[in-house]
Amino acid sequence: MTVAVIDYGAGNLKSAAKALSHAAKATGEDVIVTADPDVIARADRIVLPGVGAFAECKRGLEAVPGVVAAMSEAVLDKGRPFLGICVGMQLMATVGVEYGEHPGLDWIKGKVVKLTPSDPALKIPQMGWNDLRLRQPQHPIFGGLATGAHGYFVHSYHYLLDRPEDLLADVDYGGPVAAAIGRDNLVGVQFHPEKSQAVGLALLGNFLRWNP
Amino acid sequence: MLKMRVIPCLDVKDGRVVKGVNFVNLVDAGDPVEQAKLYDAAGADELTFLDITASSENRDTLYDVVSKTAEACFMPLTVGGGVRKSEDIRKLLLAGADKVSINTAAVNDPDFVKQAAQKFGDQCIVVSIDAKETSPGKFEIFTHGGRNPTGIDAVTFAKRMAENGAGELLVTSMDRDGTKAGYNLALTRAIADAVTVPVIASGGVGSLDDLVAGIREGHATAVLAASIFHFGTFTIGQAKAHMVKAGLEMRLER
Repeated sequence: MTVAVIDYGAGNLKSAAKALSHAAKATGEDVIVTADPDVIARADRIVLPGVGAFAECKRGLEAVPGVVAAMSEAVLDKGRPFLGICVGMQLMATVGVEYGEHPGLDWIKGKVVKLTPSDPALKIPQMGWNDLRLRQPQHPIFGGLATGAHGYFVHSYHYLLDRPEDLLADVDYGGPVAAAIGRDNLVGVQFHPEKSQAVGLALLGNFLRWNP
Repeated sequence: MLKMRVIPCLDVKDGRVVKGVNFVNLVDAGDPVEQAKLYDAAGADELTFLDITASSENRDTLYDVVSKTAEACFMPLTVGGGVRKSEDIRKLLLAGADKVSINTAAVNDPDFVKQAAQKFGDQCIVVSIDAKETSPGKFEIFTHGGRNPTGIDAVTFAKRMAENGAGELLVTSMDRDGTKAGYNLALTRAIADAVTVPVIASGGVGSLDDLVAGIREGHATAVLAASIFHFGTFTIGQAKAHMVKAGLEMRLER
């Protein structure tokens, strides 16, 4: 079994791969950092990390020929489990509005917009640990976790879902902010499981064991 | 709700942890990777390495330390000290750092911060501001461990750095660093109130009340300390418990 971590120059690639490899010690998967469309299309699971700006990440992803098509084949046609992390989650949106309007993968309907907390004293980016409110606690990626578990967030933009049923968890940051989203074989987390100590490793382990 | 952060800082020289009073009289206190693991287990919210290796020939020890730490600790890691070029940032991120802090290079060339933020993303660029209170309510940027005055107003500089794309500001009071007299709260607050990005208070922690004051009165959202944790005066757990008792929102599990 292989887990393909998509390599498109995202800054936190190494962190995500290291944490997945650590979590995979228990499940036995091979974690492969790759930009090879053949490897991606054949992978049993796909992880898309990402930090930085939406458009920059989208450009990076599209700059590697065949990667988006291979991801779509594995995820949409073959139904392989997919995990998007931070901007990797945001890229699943219909559109992102960071530095202009840019189309996303349109895998989970929604829009990525600037955080506008109701309390003006709240800082942008949201940086640090926030407690998750699990909206679908029975979802397999939350195995062993409960509302109140903390994830590590660093972001200035957030995902506004078109369909409320795609929300898996949120946090309060001057209003509700999507922390985990998903449908079918797709999940995305706004926080960084690779940086969220025991909670993050548990979530990554759950993803590796998930058979949607 | 977002929790306030407690960040232990390890001063690293030639691959070893040191921490001294006002940056002199350095005392060797251990292996950075082992220290990082202890802080990870203790529930530190982030970890910062400040590399104070003077010579570039010993810089490679840092990448090795960062890489080994990132393999063992799944928590946010910021690395600073001697970051001058885009290539330095790239190497640190590739070694496993999540954020890189820029100090002197930001003072010498503010556009370097802008370029770095555009290239690597705002979220991984921390600008480290070292300031001294030169007259009451006036704060000036100093470089070279507090030896060189620059004539630059710290608050004006902080605003410019936030505009240039710094995702976070680490504000160190150089006249307090290592003194255990508490943060310079007027400095922290002046900067925190002037920018929309998060501010980390640093320099001078001697008691747990100082950590509370950094947030309450300094308006920081994170507090950094070295000596009090490092020499075992207090544990991370004691610090957080004290902050909760003072009414601050903290993350207590790990």
